[in-house]
Amino acid sequence: MAAVQISLPLPVLPQGWTEEKDFKPIGQLSSATQRNIEPVGPHFLAHARRKRHKRTFSEDERIQAQENVKKIDDDDAGEISEPEDPLMLQRDAKDWKGQDHYAVLGLSKYRYKATESQIKRAHRKKDLRHHPDKKAAAGSSEDDSFFKCIQKATEVLLDPVKRRQFDSVDEAADVEPPSKKQAQKGGFFKLWNPVFVAEGRFSKIQPVPRLGDDNSTKEEVEDFYNFWYNFDSWRSFEYQDEDVPDDNENRDQKRHVERKNNNARKKKKTEDTARLRALVDECLQGDERIKKFKKQERAGKDKRRLDREAAEKKEKEDKIKAAEEQERLRKEAEEASKVERAEGRKAKEAAKNAVKKNKRVLKGSVKDGNYLLPAGQEAGAKRIDEVLNDVEAVMAKIEPEEMALLASKLNGLKVAEEISTVWSEEVKRLVDAGKFKEVDMKVLGK
Amino acid sequence: MGAQEEGEEVPHEINAIGISFGNSNSSIAYTSSEGKAEVIANEEGDRYIPSILSYIEGEEYHGTQAKSQLVRNSQNTVAYFRDYLGKDFDSIDPTPCHASAHPKKHESTVAFSIQDTESDSQNDVTVSEITTRHIRRLASSASDYLGKKVNAAVISVPTNFTEAQKEAMTKASQAAGVQLLQMISEPTAAVLAYDARSDAEIKDKIIVVADFGGTRSDIGVIASRGGMYSILSTSHDYETAGAQLDQLLIDHFAKEFIKKNKTDPRQKPKSLAKLKLEAEATKKALSLGGNASLSIESLADGVDFASTINRTRYEMLAAKIFGSLTRMIEDTVRKADLDILDVDEVILSGGTSHTPRISQNLQRLFSPKTRILSPSTLPTAIDPSSLAARGAAIQASLISEFDKEDIEQSTHPMVTVTPHLRNAIGVMVVSDDTKKGLFTALVEKETAVPCRRAGIFAAPREGGDVMVKVCEGARDIKVTKKEKAKTNGKAASDDSDLDSDDEEDEEEIREKIWKVGTVLAEAAIKGVKKGGKVEVTVHVGADLGVVVTAREVGAKGGVRGNLDKPRLVENGSA
Repeated sequence: MAAVQISLPLPVLPQGWTEEKDFKPIGQLSSATQRNIEPVGPHFLAHARRKRHKRTFSEDERIQAQENVKKIDDDDAGEISEPEDPLMLQRDAKDWKGQDHYAVLGLSKYRYKATESQIKRAHRKKDLRHHPDKKAAAGSSEDDSFFKCIQKATEVLLDPVKRRQFDSVDEAADVEPPSKKQAQKGGFFKLWNPVFVAEGRFSKIQPVPRLGDDNSTKEEVEDFYNFWYNFDSWRSFEYQDEDVPDDNENRDQKRHVERKNNNARKKKKTEDTARLRALVDECLQGDERIKKFKKQERAGKDKRRLDREAAEKKEKEDKIKAAEEQERLRKEAEEASKVERAEGRKAKEAAKNAVKKNKRVLKGSVKDGNYLLPAGQEAGAKRIDEVLNDVEAVMAKIEPEEMALLASKLNGLKVAEEISTVWSEEVKRLVDAGKFKEVDMKVLGK
Repeated sequence: MGAQEEGEEVPHEINAIGISFGNSNSSIAYTSSEGKAEVIANEEGDRYIPSILSYIEGEEYHGTQAKSQLVRNSQNTVAYFRDYLGKDFDSIDPTPCHASAHPKKHESTVAFSIQDTESDSQNDVTVSEITTRHIRRLASSASDYLGKKVNAAVISVPTNFTEAQKEAMTKASQAAGVQLLQMISEPTAAVLAYDARSDAEIKDKIIVVADFGGTRSDIGVIASRGGMYSILSTSHDYETAGAQLDQLLIDHFAKEFIKKNKTDPRQKPKSLAKLKLEAEATKKALSLGGNASLSIESLADGVDFASTINRTRYEMLAAKIFGSLTRMIEDTVRKADLDILDVDEVILSGGTSHTPRISQNLQRLFSPKTRILSPSTLPTAIDPSSLAARGAAIQASLISEFDKEDIEQSTHPMVTVTPHLRNAIGVMVVSDDTKKGLFTALVEKETAVPCRRAGIFAAPREGGDVMVKVCEGARDIKVTKKEKAKTNGKAASDDSDLDSDDEEDEEEIREKIWKVGTVLAEAAIKGVKKGGKVEVTVHVGADLGVVVTAREVGAKGGVRGNLDKPRLVENGSA
């Protein structure tokens, strides 16, 4: 921050104030509050930089300034870092077709990747260094042939059409496919990838699919080989044409040369396509991934077949199981019904026995009750006959369950009155139910 | 592997914008090549894009178009969702969404049940998905405007945004294909927007940022020290904001309508929605002119309605709300242990800040020296609605070149948490009227250390030896009661009670004075020339050690001395 201007004056030094170095420390700052600074704004960024790198204000200012300066240097340094081959400096500009334009400009590590601005800057740089006027000033020969080379190189490289023609035949940018020996050593992707990247520069379709690596999917690999087998190249070979003589000399001669050039171009193009195809073939052969995919496919097919078979087998087993299950259920049902029938018979017998027993109880009861006569009175044969007849009549009418109920009521009773009451109640109930008429009864219920 | 070896990967170009994502409206801004922040208008030409999404038969509408759907298609229109992001259903306030799609519980978050596809089925769309769609629309508007794909942004958020909300915001914007470079708080963004203007000078000042939005009001008190901002206090109010002002107008016009037509338009959702939209427009018009009209066709029962209102009437209706906003600012300043007089600047931000009355009230509250930055008080003020977006855009341009790691490291608490001075540090000078020394602050309190400040002081007219006395100082408020002239006092008291009540309050004059605290050091500069000047630099280190340098301007040498850092035992005792 800029210094603040304060118009009020400082006090005059009191008399007798002396201190070593004119400075007297007295107090200390009071403690501080910890707060969050908002991480926003240019001044904060400067603060963060200082704090992270533990710089002071002045250090930070100096380093920032240096960094800014360095950036400019870096931009320039990129293109001139290449040493110049003394042989190249001797080149004759007339033989421009043979020269490596990129090397002349010091761009041989960029080649087809060099941008236009890089080329321009490289030209400027070389221009300044090799300008004939400078050489003359330095006292050396007035040989400006390399300067012309530079100019030619720039002319070619800054013209998109000419540059493309040159790039087409720029073999220095090619990467040789690995030899058999190298390939055997492994490192398939490392060896082949640069080859395809270099070849990819001729593709009309950009970006070019990459070779990928072991983890590439089947689609990616297929895409890659499809692309390279259908490679659409802009590569052409005009650059290597024989010079066509001026037309005013000999028209036939000229046409002859042109025809020859055209044929040569075509031939070279075909050769190039064949070369590329062979290259891709070779790569495909060495590609472990293809084998891997085939294996996977086969494994997949086998698996499908096995699955199908397993499924069929399972179905069959299921069917058999189901049939067995049915058979078992049927048998169980049969057995159950057999048991049921046997039980039914038993029950019937039991019921019959119960009825017999109950009948005995009933008959017994009247007998116990002295044939419903008051105690001490002897029952005559007629009386006994009548009572037993009545009992028989009742027993004939009532249901076995009712009989059981009646028997339970009568069971254990000994007194004639009580027995009589039970019987009369029963008779009454039966009469009410309409089973028989009261007149049918001779003794009971009276 | 081989793939990485080849060639240089084309560096992913980062095009960053600033987004202010509000509950009611959003804005997007970018920083032009000249370093100026500019607000981007979307396809419809809106610079304030309502944060609303609406769906009709699978078609998505955004912004103003979606807002107009609040009338006819309110169930499939999602509005006011920003504050729901990253919160669970139990902790949200669903009131603002009353007239649009209602929020509902969805697992641990909030969702809206809307028909957002062509089928008739209702889909539960989570609030983070809605946010993603909203940000995607904003980013695509920005991409269209800039002609470059926008893939990164700085988003401004309220100061009370929780970590969970921030995380949700990061995820939502990531899903929209926008890398969230940083989230900055809204008040700081507003300050940055002003400080980034080319004519702005960086001074030490206390700034109050009052952000009056549509559904909430937020106040932040910020200490700006050498371009670094520390928030001293904040407060948030969800009850007094633009929506309440709209409600006043709605009630006002509804009453008028009832008088004429005997039906209450507020009873019918559609009528209410229409009235609400128009009331908002009327409110905006009242911020610009003294009179505004409102006209709605077929407001209720097919009856058209037209009416006008003037500003005075509106201000009377809204006096309560305006008053509470002013009080809120006062409270927040107090919360920061400051006095109204300490505030150097008030920045009004948010759509509601266009209201002239609010800034007038603030002018009355603060001292005349305080600058109120609002469109009605300062012609050069930046549009309040776009402040946060502009600030975010500036921050985006500053950090877009940084690596993610760099940003993370720089925003780490290790870097951001720093000691702030509790007292001001200054130099004693001689004032004209008193023989006593007068404290002049060089380093204000609440300055983050390390810091460095310099001041150039005049020497006594005749030159000679001068004394530089460095002290700590505390600000004090001196209140002097102005004696009233007693002559008309008696007469006035007879007149009316009301008048005398007013006049009995003795007028207080409050001023800021410095109380000298601990003396830190003394230094002598000998033989200063006639009319010479002395430069004093105070450098406070991160450990609170102080280096004082004093020298005569243009002369060699000078005095330099160190003060040790305070020992921990002595903390607080000084």
